[in-house]
Amino acid sequence: MTTVLERVRSGREAAGERWRGAPRWVRWALLAAVIAFFYALPNREFYQYLGPIPTPGANFTQVLFTVSIYVLLAVGLNIVVGFAGLLDLGYFGFFAVGAYTVAVLTSPSSNVKTLWPWLLVVPLAIGLTMLSGVMLGTPTLRLRGDYLAIVTLGFAEMIRIAAVSSEFLKGQRGFNQIPHPPGKYADGKPFFGVLDARPYYWLVLTLIILVVIGVRNLTHSRVGRAWISIREDEDAAQLMGVPTFKFKLWAFASGAAIAGLAGALFAGKQNFVNSQNFELLNSIIILAAVIFGGSGNIVGAIVGGGLVAYMIERFRGIELFGVELYEYRFLIFGLVLVVMMIFRPEGLIPNRRRAAEFKDRRKEVIVGE
Amino acid sequence: MLLEIDDVSLLYGRIQALHGISLTVAEGEIVALIGANGAGKSTTMRAISGIRPIASGRIRFEGEDISKLRADLRVRRGLCQAPEGRGIFPGMSVLENLDMGAYTRRDRAGIAQDLSRVLDLFPRLAERSKQAGGTLSGGEQQMLAVGRALMSRPKLLLLDEPSMGLAPMLIQQIFDIIKEINEQGTTILLVEQNAQQALARAHRAYVLETGRIVKSGTGAELLHDPAVKEAYLGVA
Ligand SMILES: Nc1ncnc2c1ncn2[C@@H]1O[C@H](COP(=O)(O)OP(=O)(O)OP(=O)(O)O)[C@@H](O)[C@H]1O
Ligand SMILES: [Mg+2]
Repeated sequence: MTTVLERVRSGREAAGERWRGAPRWVRWALLAAVIAFFYALPNREFYQYLGPIPTPGANFTQVLFTVSIYVLLAVGLNIVVGFAGLLDLGYFGFFAVGAYTVAVLTSPSSNVKTLWPWLLVVPLAIGLTMLSGVMLGTPTLRLRGDYLAIVTLGFAEMIRIAAVSSEFLKGQRGFNQIPHPPGKYADGKPFFGVLDARPYYWLVLTLIILVVIGVRNLTHSRVGRAWISIREDEDAAQLMGVPTFKFKLWAFASGAAIAGLAGALFAGKQNFVNSQNFELLNSIIILAAVIFGGSGNIVGAIVGGGLVAYMIERFRGIELFGVELYEYRFLIFGLVLVVMMIFRPEGLIPNRRRAAEFKDRRKEVIVGE
Repeated sequence: MLLEIDDVSLLYGRIQALHGISLTVAEGEIVALIGANGAGKSTTMRAISGIRPIASGRIRFEGEDISKLRADLRVRRGLCQAPEGRGIFPGMSVLENLDMGAYTRRDRAGIAQDLSRVLDLFPRLAERSKQAGGTLSGGEQQMLAVGRALMSRPKLLLLDEPSMGLAPMLIQQIFDIIKEINEQGTTILLVEQNAQQALARAHRAYVLETGRIVKSGTGAELLHDPAVKEAYLGVA
């Protein structure tokens, strides 16, 4: 049994070595091809040739937009969970703060009636989510242990309940006529319209690329080293002179800011925001997606977030023995996760260090037996 | 005095682990702290490095009160601890671990110089520079922890059981290295189970029992003290 496990676990190392061993230009060319593929993906002229990839039960470009939002969220949560090793169970709460900031400040159904344009509110939404991250993190990140998990869980639930029941946040009725992002085609028609989801997807895709470049640069700097050291051994990190609280707060707040950006994009696309968009389950799914993909690895988080969001939609309209698979999406997802945790606890595309940390812990478990 | 600890107490929840201990370390010394399991040796180290807050008393470093200073700021002042056991970063390579030791420093030239010095002291680490810290043997991890602490170029190096889990020959070697580090100008506070070796090399030493200092003297004095002999040196 153990040998089988070991063989499965070491399978990915070969692929990883081949990628790292490839010449620079090959890697760049592959990367460019992948990016071009994803820009082309929402065009019917392209995806109709992709066989089973388009979703049968839902508009494929709409699905792609949803998937892209999940990918952005996964990249953000990966900073918090993957790099700094902080357990955030309420990440979707920050998404909600971003979306509601946009809704309240732009929608005509809002009480404040500011009716500001979308673009002006986006930085505010990001700033406000970051601020809520700092407010939440300042008292909790000083403490060790599971306080953060509990507090973030409570935070997301608080936001949801406020959304459902407060008159200011409009509950189920929600906010409508939230303005779209600006931009026009040459013929005067708006670029970001109601029917075509492609421009929104392209916008999110572009932002994902920018965010990933930013995050990559961070992780290769002193900041990244500090995060990794905190994740691996917080006491030791402090003994090396890393101001651990400051860096945990940074990770937590920048993760929150990315969720706020995602929320603002979501609101700008949907045109309508109400309390049903922010169920607690979403936080759990994002977290599971990051772990599934390989937390601590940017590519892993992207693949995890994308795959999970896509698979859930892909189940729509598929019938098996008379039941729609979509009904059982979470059961299937749960099973896949359990299998993953047995065979590859470090995720699909793990971080090399993470893999070593897991081995280290497995060794401790064996010693402890 | 480089380090002065005055009447320090420390609590773990309601358990009192240190009952008003006082000790001093002068510049250039090796001071050993010996005691049985659970006596509070590691706890004393944690109090000095600031990983655990103290309940009362005062810790002074170079004459300044650092009792309330954050741990990472104490490192910047020149106080660095190699923690007990496996305090290394398991996912980082040996070189990355050593690099983390120099986290507070920005003088590239000095860092490079200290790196080659550490690799000279521990040739084993040089051989395994790319290996993940978590996959090193226990003894190698111990060396890495000491080497990493040296990379901060501390004025005071706190070593918590550097000989733990080492083979007899390596124990000899690590104590020789400690002596060498000291002769190169680093002051050392050394916690050890291995009382014989520690006392033989220490200028002065303290004996800790259930959170209290019960005896102190020069290394040689304690080495020949009948009570210490019986309790810690395994001779009747
Ligand atoms: N985190 C903790 N919470 C509660 N009690 C603790 C904690 N750490 C240590 N103690 C207790 O404090 C006392 C002193 O522990 P300490 O680790 O300082 O001993 P030590 O002298 O280093 O022992 P050893 O030689 O075994 O390393 C022990 O009774 C221990 O059980
Ligand atoms: Mg100890």
